[in-house]
Amino acid sequence: MMGTPPATPTTRSHMQLALSPRDAEFRDRMREFFTTKVPREIRDTVLEGRHLTREQIVASQRILNAEGLAVPHWPTEWGGQDWTELQRHLWHEEMQRAGVPAPLAFNASMIGPVIAHFGSEEQKQRFLPATANLDIWWSQGFSEPDAGSDLAGLRTAAVRDGDDWVVNGQKTWTTLGQHGDWIFTLVRTDPEVKKQQGISMLLIDMTTPGVEVRPIELIDGGHEVNEVWFSDVRVPGDLLVGEPGAGWTMAKFLLGNERVGVAPVGATKRALATLKATAADQLADPLVRARVAELENELLALELTALRVVAHSSDGAPHPASSVLKLRGTELQQAVSELALDLAGPASLAARAGDDSPQEGWARRSAPTYLNLRKASIYGGSNEIQRQIISRTILGL
Amino acid sequence: MDFTYDDEQQALREAVRGLLATAYADHEARRRTVAAEPGFDRALWGRLAEMGILGLPFSESDGGVGAGPVEIGIVCQELGRVLAPEPYLSGVVHAGGLVAAVGTAEQRADLLGRLSAGDLLLAAADTSPGDRWAARADGVRASVVGDGWTLDGVADPVMGGESADCFVVTAALPDGGGTGVFLVAADDVSRSGYAAADLTRAATVRFEGSTATPLGEPGRDLAPSIATISDLTRILGANQALGVLQSQLRATTDYLRSRKQFGVTLNTFQALTFRAADMYVSLELVHSMVDWATMTIAGGDRDAVAEAADRVGLQVSRSSRHIGQEAIQLHGGIGMTAEYAVGVGTAHLAVLEQWLGNGPHHLARLAGRVDDHELVDAL
Ligand SMILES: Cc1cc2nc3c(=O)[nH]c(=O)nc-3n(C[C@H](O)[C@H](O)[C@H](O)COP(=O)(O)OP(=O)(O)OC[C@H]3O[C@@H](n4cnc5c(N)ncnc54)[C@H](O)[C@@H]3O)c2cc1C
Repeated sequence: MMGTPPATPTTRSHMQLALSPRDAEFRDRMREFFTTKVPREIRDTVLEGRHLTREQIVASQRILNAEGLAVPHWPTEWGGQDWTELQRHLWHEEMQRAGVPAPLAFNASMIGPVIAHFGSEEQKQRFLPATANLDIWWSQGFSEPDAGSDLAGLRTAAVRDGDDWVVNGQKTWTTLGQHGDWIFTLVRTDPEVKKQQGISMLLIDMTTPGVEVRPIELIDGGHEVNEVWFSDVRVPGDLLVGEPGAGWTMAKFLLGNERVGVAPVGATKRALATLKATAADQLADPLVRARVAELENELLALELTALRVVAHSSDGAPHPASSVLKLRGTELQQAVSELALDLAGPASLAARAGDDSPQEGWARRSAPTYLNLRKASIYGGSNEIQRQIISRTILGL
Repeated sequence: MDFTYDDEQQALREAVRGLLATAYADHEARRRTVAAEPGFDRALWGRLAEMGILGLPFSESDGGVGAGPVEIGIVCQELGRVLAPEPYLSGVVHAGGLVAAVGTAEQRADLLGRLSAGDLLLAAADTSPGDRWAARADGVRASVVGDGWTLDGVADPVMGGESADCFVVTAALPDGGGTGVFLVAADDVSRSGYAAADLTRAATVRFEGSTATPLGEPGRDLAPSIATISDLTRILGANQALGVLQSQLRATTDYLRSRKQFGVTLNTFQALTFRAADMYVSLELVHSMVDWATMTIAGGDRDAVAEAADRVGLQVSRSSRHIGQEAIQLHGGIGMTAEYAVGVGTAHLAVLEQWLGNGPHHLARLAGRVDDHELVDAL
């Protein structure tokens, strides 16, 4: 221990804080790429909490994809990288730190891995390269008005007609559905069996007649989610993934991946750092300093937990503690937005003022951002559902 | 970057756990031990010496084993698990650590050799009434008398001080010369022993012209070393707290599964299982922070260790309050009783925290530094 003459340094890898030289080199390579190859304007938009356009999201993902950095967790034959869990973590952290938009989750984290794992060879050829490159923008059509946390209660029906399926029903909360080219849906193909067993995964071209996207306005004034209605939508039979009735298995596979990627530690750290810099004059207030210090500490504990989780995950199976990351990660993301709102104070009232507003941009965005981020504890398996997972599967209660 | 123990560390954990299981098979054994003199199990202390556990932190040339912080942390976690009242953190980690940090080679070999062998009990007297976790002493003053030194003043609380053979005392040097560290034999002080809230033993120690031997170079200001050893003690104390917290969550989930009310077991009620899930979240977060802080020690940078001590101190405080309080609440009335480990664990957590530095103290220190970095990085 310190204070005693130093013991001979050992070179063991257990209980060791530093990155190995190989991992450190990897991290530097990621940092270099993200901060030099993705346009400044896109990264500033993210770092300042402004909205990205569809074009910016597509452009950024294509830059990553050209370098093999859009879908590293996919099988290598489809553009994935043979990385360790830690390297994937570093990739994700550095990306957030640099303000690079994460590859579109619907493509990269959700339907891509599902098709790669469960799809036919023909589906893989047809969709995976286009999905990685964001030539196809996917939407997620799972939730329905009466099927939220209890997703298996979904009612949108697909009925066989010759080789085709005919779809009727309604999806909701479809994020960025207004940009969607295709939507992956969970549909009920067999109303007779136990509810989980009658569900299938169907890929639907959103330009098909009978598909209608209707905007939903959220509390921040933004148009981020939609209702998607299906009236006698005819879908060719080869667009069903896997076997009929296997949709629930795929949904669980997909939602497990969603939970892992959903803790935005790096982005939240970045947001707090930016806030400290932009509202520097308010750091004179000891109460503000205390809130910042407390949040920084909580974020450190979370980041360390994420590192513990990646170090212990094997075969890509999520570590049980990944629910902690979702739960705490979203709470901290929300807490930082709450601090921003408090620091903005009256300036936050100018949320919908015109460009001639005398208030600073960050302060004007603070109320919408605070309101918008309430979503983080609702989607991706609500935080109550995460508590359910922890108490049942980890604590055995 | 790795958060796993190697085989030897695993074996150490098993060995310590096995030994403690014989002494403290259940909470009743701890109750008996703390009710009797000297408030801990001397036979167990002897076995810890034989196993080399008492000498773990000290180099082999000083009569110790030369293990690293991770190993000492493992021991502290295991002690925490069973709420062991042995003065390991106070006597070995803190008082022994001070001797190791500031003593001459001769002093180290003598004192740490006997400490490691279980033949000498030390306690650190570094706090006087009114002090709040400062490395600079003012309640005990050192004077040069003839060609020796004497101390005057009061130290309290002195953790583990009730049965210490010698005190390692921090005292103000003459003429504003800083803080020195002295060794004082128990015979040269007047002492009143008492039990802290968790029934571990402490003492008030009064120095009245007590003969004192300077540790290290006489008259030198040792405040920086004193601060570092306190920080190390905080981090290892955090390991001990982690052991307590793990036991508390385990006891709580066991209880929810077995206790019946309204004709069903309590785990039927989601209001309770969700609170247990939140306890788990707190536990995982503090666990990560404790591992990190412990690994930071090996880097050997004083400032990094000081920061890690504040960070882990704050996190341990938050989770001690959360888990410690919820553990009692979810047990209902039985959580309030002295015969049940859960509530006593909460008492132990409160003692550890107020001894080593509480949450508001660490938060204030961290808040003072928020603008000296852009963001906090784990790696
Ligand atoms: C901004 C936003 C974007 C979204 N994007 C998409 C998308 O792109 N595609 C998509 O398919 N879906 C999307 N969702 C839907 C999201 O997945 C659901 O909102 C979520 O599953 C919760 O369902 P619900 O809203 O119906 O709430 P409900 O399930 O009705 O829950 C209401 C409340 O009850 C709690 N609760 C529910 N069940 C339990 C239980 N068993 N125990 C304890 N508490 C419980 C919930 O946590 C919540 O607090 C989005 C949602 C939002 C808000």
